[in-house]
Parts: sequence; C-alpha cells; structure tokens
Amino acid sequence: MKYSIFSLARAALSGHKNWQRTWRDATPKDRYDVVIIGGGGHGLATAWFLASEYGIKNVAVLEKGWIGSGNAGRNTTIIRSNYGLPGNTGFYELSMKLWERMEQDLNYNTMVSQRGVINLYHSDAQRDAYARRGNTMRINGIDAELLDLAAVRKMIPFLNFDNARFPVQGGLLQRRGGTARHDAVVWGYAHAASALGVDIIQNCEVTGFVRDANGKVTGVETSRGKIGAGKVGMAVAGSSSRVAAMAGLRLPIESHVLQAFVSEAIKPLIPGVMTFGAGHFYVSQSDKGGLVFGGDIDGYNSYAQRGNMPVMEDVCEGGMALMPMIGRVRLLRQWGGIMDMSMDGSPIIDKTPVDGLFINAGWCYGGFKATPGSGFVFAHLLARDESHKEAARFRLDRFRTGAMIDEKGQGAQPNLH
Amino acid sequence: MRIVCPFCGERELGEFTYLGDAKPVRPVAGASEDEVFDYVYLRDNVAGATSEYWYHGGGCRAWLKVSRNTLTHEISAVEPAAGAGAAKVGA
Repeated sequence: MKYSIFSLARAALSGHKNWQRTWRDATPKDRYDVVIIGGGGHGLATAWFLASEYGIKNVAVLEKGWIGSGNAGRNTTIIRSNYGLPGNTGFYELSMKLWERMEQDLNYNTMVSQRGVINLYHSDAQRDAYARRGNTMRINGIDAELLDLAAVRKMIPFLNFDNARFPVQGGLLQRRGGTARHDAVVWGYAHAASALGVDIIQNCEVTGFVRDANGKVTGVETSRGKIGAGKVGMAVAGSSSRVAAMAGLRLPIESHVLQAFVSEAIKPLIPGVMTFGAGHFYVSQSDKGGLVFGGDIDGYNSYAQRGNMPVMEDVCEGGMALMPMIGRVRLLRQWGGIMDMSMDGSPIIDKTPVDGLFINAGWCYGGFKATPGSGFVFAHLLARDESHKEAARFRLDRFRTGAMIDEKGQGAQPNLH
Repeated sequence: MRIVCPFCGERELGEFTYLGDAKPVRPVAGASEDEVFDYVYLRDNVAGATSEYWYHGGGCRAWLKVSRNTLTHEISAVEPAAGAGAAKVGA
C-alpha cells in the first residue's frame, strides 16, 4: 500500500482498524538470483537497492528471528557523517545524503530528524583535533562548525561548564546529523523492498553453505530447507565470524557487547545529540521524552546481548559530569547488542575468497548511521561484481596489505576501537 | 561477571582488564608473513567455551587465563598465566 496524507486521514477517521500489513512475510522459493543473509537494516537496505537501483528483483532476505531483532533495534539511533579519514569521510556522507531522501524514496516515515550532533571539547588539544576533523569534513563538502564556549552556552545552557576537571570549552557541530527511528528504518526498507518483489523470510536460520565442485557458493542450507542462489551476501554484523566459519573463513573481527540505556520520559531538554569529549558518553532525547544514551563497549568478547556493571557506572558518570541535574532521573531500560569489532575500527564490504560469497561486516558500534549507504554500496558490489567507489577502501585484505582505516589509531586491538 | 583470582579471591569485573583469546601463539622470529598476519589479525571469535587472558590491574597485577563461555558469560576456571607466579599457587 502507498502512504499519503489521504491514507493517514482515512485510517484515522475509520478508527485505525483498516491498516494493511506493510510487507509480505514470504515463504522461501527454490532459488533466487541473490540471497541476503540477515534481515536487519543493512540486509533489507541492500535488497531494496538491488531491486530499485540495480534491477535485480529476484532477491530473498533470510532472517533467523524477526526482522530488526538484532542490532537494528538496539542502537541509539544516531545519524552523522563526521569522520576524518579517507574511505570513511566519503562513505558516511553518501549515507547521510541517502538519509536525507529516505522517507521520499521508501514512502515511509522513518522519522529522520536532523537535530544536530555536537561533540564537546574540554581542552586546547581536543579543540585542535576537532578543528582538524571539521576542516577535513568541510573540504569534502560536509557541513561542520566549530563552536566556541559562548556559542555552546547559548545552544545548551544547562551543561556543567565549570566542571573543575573537564570544563566545556566548545564543540564541533554537524547540523545535518541527528536521529532516525531505528525500527521504522527496518520496516520502511521491508515495505519498499517487498513492494518490488523481494521475499523477506523470517525464522529462517542459515546453517551452512551449498557449494559446487569448484567450491563456488550456489546456495544456503537453512532451518527452512535448501535455497539456491546465484550470489550470497552476508550482512549479519555481530555474528559475522559464525556465518563466515560455515564457509571456512576466519575474519579480522571479534564480537563484543555494547550497552545502551533509556531513562524515564522527561520534558524536552536536550536539543540534539551531544557527546562528552572527556569520557565516552553520547546522549539524545527521544520524541517520547526518554534520554537515550550510551558509551564504551564492555571490552570482552561476548555473544550474550547483555553487559556488566562497570561500564554502566562509567557511562552514567559521563552523563553526571556533563549534566549533574540528571542524577535524579531514573533509568528505565538497559540492554546489549553484539558488535562486529574489526581490527581497525572500520567496516568490511567486499568479495570473499569464496566464489559467490560477499561480505558486509565489521561495523563496530557505528552501523546504524551507515544503514542506507551500506545497503547502496553492497547492492552495487553484488550487482556489478566490483566495489562502489565510496566503499573501495573497505577491503577484506587491507589488514594484510597494511591499508588500514584506523580513525582512533589504536592498532589491532578490537576492544579499544 | 565476577572473577575468582587465584591470588586474591573473588573480585568484581572492574578490577580486571581484557586482552583477548589465549589461543594465538606469537610466531617465532623469522616466521612467514602469513603466520604473522594470522597471529595479529585473524580470530576464531568463538561463540561458546573459550579461554582468554585477563589482567588483574586492580589487585595482584597478575595475568590470568580465564575459561569463559561467550554465550553466557559463565566462568568455569581461572588459572595464573604462565610466568605470572603460577608456581606460588601450585598451578
């Protein structure tokens, strides 16, 4: 069905009893041109771009649970393109531009809200580093503004500016950054992809790969039977190592848990997305009023989708350092998601050494903002057998050749990225 | 998660720092590029029982080898890493 102001009015006037299901819950066919493993944002976006941009409509998306049940529904919904290194800068801006037209493209309200992302700085050295990053963004055509103390005071007057240890001195602002409704992004891509003929198959866990005599992947074994495929793309961040292992591959990735938090609803307070530069704390306020926030990953390998107390304490300390008045606000919910932590902190979108198998992985804790861009460039790779120019550096072999993209400069220690 | 340090007893997680999988062994000098690449960058990233190195920086400052399940966080054994005073606890 197509959504418009008239369909909305009709549904409202008929007591919201006649809403149609927005996408088809398909049963698997014997064969598809492309099979995507993983019904999260990236997998569904890939399927939609394959169908809409590259004309490949005989596509299935296989999801082991329900769509959006993994990291797509667990993140803190932030979108931004404030990266500093070649490879990341252009890619995330491509993604940002796709966010800006997503609702029109998909005919779905994904609640994209460009309310701004500000990274606060607390020292002269940090100001210089942010100025450099802002300059990098601007020469690449991305918006960035370096705000001084007076400008930040005007914008966010309630911060603890005079914190004796970490005084706020200013911030790097990307006005086009902001938030989007994460579940709606999943449903929106499902809605638009399904309308173009893509089969979205839930409760269908991949248990192995079907390979011919030359080792080429020709399909997948699943909990719902064998499904043939011309090509297979995996977009299963968090579980990439487990799926790749079925094809005999070891990856430069560790799975780590990242926690996120929501407070009880309070009146509108936080104007956009803010990050505390002296620790690791980022926060926005949802339209329902809850403060949505997070910080570092827990730091140990995990597939458990739940974290531990030391990081909760650290994250809340970051919040308190910035805004002591939130100390009486109660925490409503807390949860964990499993991150594909790569060896340089940047993603992998490439062919694999196994013919017919393509990989989209290694998103660390930055996958949500990449959703449309990731889908676009992965669809390009699957359709054309060559990398999109904005994803050409996200190679699987860059760890061997030394062409790492390490924004944080931490080296091959995934829990420090 | 709490870790029972063989030197200090049961302590909370905040006292410990994680290094990672205890399985990879540093290649000998003169090892091939493939072996070094494998050691530095590739991981089994096990979902299930695994053994890993933790550092007890908030306690005895010994390196420990912890057997832990990455699906449940359950810890089944903790022993001193080689060279971390293993002889003192008879390990």
